[in-house]
Amino acid sequence: MIKAILIFNNHGKPRLSKFYEHYSEDTEQQIIRETFHLVSKRDENVCNFLEGGMLIDGSDNKLIYRHYATLYFVFCVDSSESELGILDLIQVFVETLDKCFENVCELDLIFHVDKVHNILAEMVMGGMVLETNMNEIITQVDAQNKMEKSETFIFQSPRQDR
Amino acid sequence: CPENEMIRVIRSARTQGEERGVIQRECAAIRAQFRQADSGGRSHNLAKLLYVHMLGYPAHFGQMECVRMIASPRYSEKRIGYLGAMMLLDEKQDASLLITNSIKNDLSHSSQYIQSLALCTLACMGSAEMCRDLAPEIERLLKASNSYIKKKAALCAVHIVRKIPELGELFTPSAHSLLSDKNHGVLHGAVVLITELCERNPGNLDEFRKAVPELVQIMKGLVTSGYSPEHNVAGISDPFLQVRVLRLLRILGRNNDEASDAMNDLLAQVATNTDSSKTAGSAVLYETVLTIMDIKSESGLRVLAVNILGRFLLNNDRNIRYISMTSLQKIVQTDHTAVQRHRGTIVDCLKDQDASVKRRALELSLALVSAANIRSMMKELLRFLSTCPPELRSHATSGIFNAAERYAPSQRWHIDTILHVLITAGGDVRDETVPNLIQLISVASELHCYTVHKLYRALISDISQQSLVQVACWCIGEYGDLLLKGDCDEIEPMQVTEDDVLDVLETILQSHMSSPTSRGFALTAIMKLSTRITNNIDRIRSVVSIYGSCIDVELQQRAVEYNALFKKYDHMRYLIMSSHTIILGIPMSKSTGFKLHSVVEGWSPQDILSVIMYKHTYTQSNFVVICVVPTILHSRYG
Repeated sequence: MIKAILIFNNHGKPRLSKFYEHYSEDTEQQIIRETFHLVSKRDENVCNFLEGGMLIDGSDNKLIYRHYATLYFVFCVDSSESELGILDLIQVFVETLDKCFENVCELDLIFHVDKVHNILAEMVMGGMVLETNMNEIITQVDAQNKMEKSETFIFQSPRQDR
Repeated sequence: CPENEMIRVIRSARTQGEERGVIQRECAAIRAQFRQADSGGRSHNLAKLLYVHMLGYPAHFGQMECVRMIASPRYSEKRIGYLGAMMLLDEKQDASLLITNSIKNDLSHSSQYIQSLALCTLACMGSAEMCRDLAPEIERLLKASNSYIKKKAALCAVHIVRKIPELGELFTPSAHSLLSDKNHGVLHGAVVLITELCERNPGNLDEFRKAVPELVQIMKGLVTSGYSPEHNVAGISDPFLQVRVLRLLRILGRNNDEASDAMNDLLAQVATNTDSSKTAGSAVLYETVLTIMDIKSESGLRVLAVNILGRFLLNNDRNIRYISMTSLQKIVQTDHTAVQRHRGTIVDCLKDQDASVKRRALELSLALVSAANIRSMMKELLRFLSTCPPELRSHATSGIFNAAERYAPSQRWHIDTILHVLITAGGDVRDETVPNLIQLISVASELHCYTVHKLYRALISDISQQSLVQVACWCIGEYGDLLLKGDCDEIEPMQVTEDDVLDVLETILQSHMSSPTSRGFALTAIMKLSTRITNNIDRIRSVVSIYGSCIDVELQQRAVEYNALFKKYDHMRYLIMSSHTIILGIPMSKSTGFKLHSVVEGWSPQDILSVIMYKHTYTQSNFVVICVVPTILHSRYG
């Protein structure tokens, strides 16, 4: 099971925080800070797996992460997930974001975090991997966006703020 | 778009304080908007709030708005409402009950995307009551809908089974039939569901073992399908699904000859034909290896599997090395000899730069220590200890002590190992191990002189490592006479005077680096020395009386009692503080049983009890109480 998916930048500022187990708001922030602290200490040419930390202290959880330019993508998983599989999944996630946003960069994540959540929702559900085929994911995301757009058009009222 | 404006304003804040101010204003505005009965931009407001929440600011006032949005007929509002619910609500809050009805309605909505929102939310945060309520609906969706909904319903069913295991029965028939679906997403969901059903309830294993041929067919199709572009990752056809199926096969084949037989050929095929030059292939190969090792496979296949792991151990890619070690860890108990063959490579990984690889290598090395290799392994482990990253040090010291205790080839080797760890990494030795170490040292009686000399020398150069300090103080107190005699077979002689010893103990007492426990050890050691030295009893008396008014209550109590030993109970001091045994005479009485009786003149039975308790509590010495009885043997405790 995937316990949490975190995206933050090189300074630790959260860009996406999805938790699949319930924690208080304070604990969530602590987890983000601690994860950033652990991950940012790592050199560039070490492996992508980390153990140790609050989310993962004493249990069989690990952090699986990838560093792309200014962003860290971190998945916290338990032992039921294939570590190499999750590493590939992160890659699929990033490639999907790239296709959906056309050469995705940090600003895209900042200004469209709900869209990122929607994309993620087509890949991981309830902490479990749902779909890994990029084309399938994008097809569904596009269809949902179309639905949202067409609704706005139909329901558009004169006083709606832009 | 209104959220973007807010985000821009937040980002332009130059300090944390400014950001807080901006967010407070924005939240006030959002709150006001929520209170209005109808506003066109409702979804934008909630989106703003969720952004603020991600940054770590309180957003619970948005909970009811989420509930309202979920009930809206508009897809855009539902969507953000459900997202908000997943972020802001949890099953413990009353508000989450309010969305149960919306979820129920949305599960049978005509639009699959609205159904999907409901499924996703239920799988994320569905409480036990919600799950019980909606389980039949999910079961229906498993059978009578399109692939998009089926795959989501399958994972939703997994969540339900986790919450209420008994409901697994409900999903078992549909789960099996999902395996004939052609859609990979559905297959994936089906395999995850069946895995969960088998893990939750071993009673399901027999039922799902019937599916082994189907699963083998699915794998064969994936492995030999040639080029299938939709699911291809680096030349491997849907590695995610392959990994899932292999894991399920592992569960089904475990402890079952028939099932294991049925999958043997397939596993051999995958193990030999999978291209592991990319991550995807490696993931499949690892899963195959773990499955081979866990089921009842032929020995030839097992050897193949362990060799694959061994090969990966030598791979340049650190990820691969890491994973091969986690895999070896899983099989080290059951296939110990096979893993031992790779001990050399594993020990080399102790020197890797990467802390994660080091950690795995440490775990595996400790698991591979045996009576046959203890000497060489300990050399490597001690070498590792000196360059060990801080987060692994206390685990390493504990592991080393355990290994030493289990396999020590000689007492001298054991003591040397203990001393080495205390001296080089004493600061990381866990407090709980100190009594055990003291016990081990006290048992090695021929080495007392050697031990106390070595520890004394370590102490005079460094009093900062608490575990070292505690063990050393105890030894100096207990074997101080051996230390003062000066000569010891195994070490260069060193003249140690009574003043030298008391100096170092007093330094520990006074040092700000010493923990309260360490100071207690030091004070007791000083007290014990009062029975082992000749010239400095007055010095000891004065130290003890000074600490009678110490702020630390523990230390103060100890000092006050030691003071009393000097004054009122001087006749008992020797017996309590020395290493001697106590010999008592006990008359046998047919009617009253045993009675404590002292052979030391002038002692009452209360005195004897106090001596025994003091000795036990304060000195942690091993001592023996021998009851001399006219016709019966002795008893001992201590």
